[in-house]
Amino acid sequence: MNKRLYSNLIFELSQRGRRGYSLPDYNYACTSMNLPGSLLRAEAPELPEVDEPTVVRHYTNSSNNNFGVDTGFYPLGSCTMKYNPKINEAMVGRCGIANLHPSQSTASVQGALRVYRTLEQYLAEIGGMAEFTLNPFAGAHGEYCGLMVIKAYHLSRGDDARTKVIVPVSAHGTNPASAAMAGFEIVEVECLSDGTVDIDDFRSKLDDAVAAVMLTNPNTVGMFEKNIPQIAEAVHAAGALLYYDGANLNPMLGVARPGDMGFDVMHINLHKTFSTPHGGGGPGAGPVGVRKGLEAFLPNPRVVECADGTLDVADGEYGFGRLGAWLGNFAVYVKALAYILTMGPDGLGKVGPLATLNANYVMHALSDLYLQPIEGPCKHEFVFDGIRDKSTGVTTLNIAKALLDYDFHAPTIYFPLLFHESLMIEPTETESKETLDAFVDVMRKIAVDAVSEPDKVKGAPYTTPVTHPDEDEAALNPIVKFKDL
Amino acid sequence: MHPYLPHTEADIAAMLHSCGAETLDDLYADVPPSLRLKEPYRLPDAMSEPELERFFACIAHQNHERIIFAGGGFYHHYTPAAVTAMTSRSEFLTAYTPYQPEISQGTLQYIFEYQSMMCSLTGLDVSNASMYDGASATAEAMIMAVAVSRRKRRVLISATVAEAVAQVAATYAFGAGITLEVIPEHAGSTDRESLAQMLGAGDVAGVIVASPNRFGIIEDYSGLADMCHAAKSLLIMNCHASTLGVLRSPAEWGADIACGEAQSLGMPLNYGGPYLGYLCCTKSLMRKMPGRIVGATVDSEGRRAFVLTLQAREQHIRRQKATSNICSNQGIMTLHVAAYLSLMGAEGLRRVNELSYRAAHTLAERLCATGKVRMRYLDSPYLNEFVVETVEPLDADTMLGALDVEGILGGIRLSDNAVLIAATEMCSPADIERYVKTIEKL
Repeated sequence: MNKRLYSNLIFELSQRGRRGYSLPDYNYACTSMNLPGSLLRAEAPELPEVDEPTVVRHYTNSSNNNFGVDTGFYPLGSCTMKYNPKINEAMVGRCGIANLHPSQSTASVQGALRVYRTLEQYLAEIGGMAEFTLNPFAGAHGEYCGLMVIKAYHLSRGDDARTKVIVPVSAHGTNPASAAMAGFEIVEVECLSDGTVDIDDFRSKLDDAVAAVMLTNPNTVGMFEKNIPQIAEAVHAAGALLYYDGANLNPMLGVARPGDMGFDVMHINLHKTFSTPHGGGGPGAGPVGVRKGLEAFLPNPRVVECADGTLDVADGEYGFGRLGAWLGNFAVYVKALAYILTMGPDGLGKVGPLATLNANYVMHALSDLYLQPIEGPCKHEFVFDGIRDKSTGVTTLNIAKALLDYDFHAPTIYFPLLFHESLMIEPTETESKETLDAFVDVMRKIAVDAVSEPDKVKGAPYTTPVTHPDEDEAALNPIVKFKDL
Repeated sequence: MHPYLPHTEADIAAMLHSCGAETLDDLYADVPPSLRLKEPYRLPDAMSEPELERFFACIAHQNHERIIFAGGGFYHHYTPAAVTAMTSRSEFLTAYTPYQPEISQGTLQYIFEYQSMMCSLTGLDVSNASMYDGASATAEAMIMAVAVSRRKRRVLISATVAEAVAQVAATYAFGAGITLEVIPEHAGSTDRESLAQMLGAGDVAGVIVASPNRFGIIEDYSGLADMCHAAKSLLIMNCHASTLGVLRSPAEWGADIACGEAQSLGMPLNYGGPYLGYLCCTKSLMRKMPGRIVGATVDSEGRRAFVLTLQAREQHIRRQKATSNICSNQGIMTLHVAAYLSLMGAEGLRRVNELSYRAAHTLAERLCATGKVRMRYLDSPYLNEFVVETVEPLDADTMLGALDVEGILGGIRLSDNAVLIAATEMCSPADIERYVKTIEKL
């Protein structure tokens, strides 16, 4: 990583008179801009003045201070940081969508609509659902969409008394946050010591005010909710719907489908299970699937099939509303479709089992030194509650930072909230045995060092471009733009 | 084995052995047999890369590019090649949310630059690290206003805000139990008298207006902020990001929150996305802001460092009490904005707006001269988008249909006899000529 060169902000490389743009000098009949001064800004915005080579070198060098899946092993639990195939990126450029405007006639964008419709149908097959919408922009947006579908469904039956959504205490933070945005009250259900839902507590909270129950399966500690048939039955008997948070769908590929487990509504994170790049935080995509009988409530607009086999875009009569200006993060669909087509049923069928194998392999290789609070086998990920030897004072945060010196990304830390020192590891299926072995070696070394040289471990990282940034100071005196510096 | 799956048969056997399992199925003993997939997915057989290229070439064959004279919130501006080169760098593209700042300074730094640039454009104090699109950003701004007011549940939205934006805001309002009321328009602009009455009725947390508005008109918002603030309401402005290079900024109008679509900053149209919704606000509202925010600090060696900050607002900490459910945002598109605005600078951005203005005004004048259409809002200033009414017997469908045959996307149909037309620096004088000639023949 590059610690020295070009650590400046682009603003600091600015020199008056430099330019990085190339624009035509068209000879339009209207020769100048003539607007009332009261509608114009008083001063030009403060933006850098830089030449193109400076811009390119600035961002290229800054990319060297970054760690991606292409850089190395990225076992960030619950984020499914699998390899992002390069052909998928190339296909975005090849499929002729770059210059398509959303308002074009649907006759002129049949290829784009075919991408959308085909992906919807493939996801329905993989999820065991009747119908999908691709519109939601991200996983949390998908959750929101799914809950709004559920809300519209209950209201369509004249049932406006369902004001609550049940989530396990181990749920991703987005679950309760999405339910709150959709106007629901959140009821938390306890977990058993193996991390699965406490059925007794669950039944006691299930009543006719519950609109939905949100679960992820496998759950956030990587365990399969084996009582899912009984849970689904109880949810449906109470008149509520069962929602599948697809963040953990990866280990189920080739093994089981949420629709067959009794889930009514689900979302899928294309940027997790279907290999589209995470982009430093996005764009993702959170398609939502529903079982038969709920299709009408999906959001607008919809891509619909016409009698003559062509595709059109239209609003449904009962759609709950609109989530974005058009059909979502379209280019992401091209990448996900390319992934499904290149994997095929055989390749996809291996994804779940190999992701699960990789997780179990790492868990077994480390559980003598790290505290494994839940008996295996796990699915795609697992949680350690810090190192076994609690006398050292070495925390999960220290372990995460120590890994950075060995060129590994850290696992997810301090989530789920069930354990004090949660260290959540998800290797994914695209990592080789050699990579996992190297990771295991380093994790073992850190655990050993924690005992012999605890202060050294606590002082990590040592080799990264910056070390121990003062996060408290950042929150106390927020500096959020160049002018504040 | 598949090229993305490194496991050899020997690897699998050795790994299973260390796990104390015999088969991969053993690892799924807890999944009830009744739930197990009985047969492979009914999907096409795997394609090789050459076959995949053929598949998408076939898709491309069914997509037809047009010379674009349509906007409606999405504008065909140029994407500099260097921007795409930077956003394609896999060190950026294949990373996730910068939870580990020590190895994420690249991502954190470009988000900080993005925030700085959006603050410059809007004139406001704080920007977050992006929302999904301009419509959802506006909906989040609405929710923010209600959260800030604590008890008020009414938000007003001008009829001159784009229809899709208003629809998304209405969806979020319904979900959150917010009453969203439409301020009527008069001659293409927000009706001030109606607004005054609606504010007078009390209980208004926020007022949402657009610039340029859904008809391309640059409304004069003088005095609007005072009106809102006197009624203890926030002023929320939805602006197309590129136009902020020349138009009076939301801060200059006195807005508390600025939000909208940043696609106009040279993002490829890509049939609707990914784009980026920006959201900026005054400092006093910072802690009610949804989404991620990057802040500057120093590290243990005294070096400047960037980190995610004020995370106590967010869903992974606050769960149902968070300011929003947003987690993944538009990530790499903030790098697009940072690189685009670095290359353009204030001068380039001004020139893009000037060229767009000149193209649009040239087209408008030439079209009106044909006698086939007339300007709907004759006295309203516009930048690069305007509404024409067709003169009978011509109607909007005939007009757009004839242009379509010529390979021109002539605008967006607003009604039987009205079309919303936009132009950018991508529309050459020859393109304009072709547009006009087509109309002349009708």
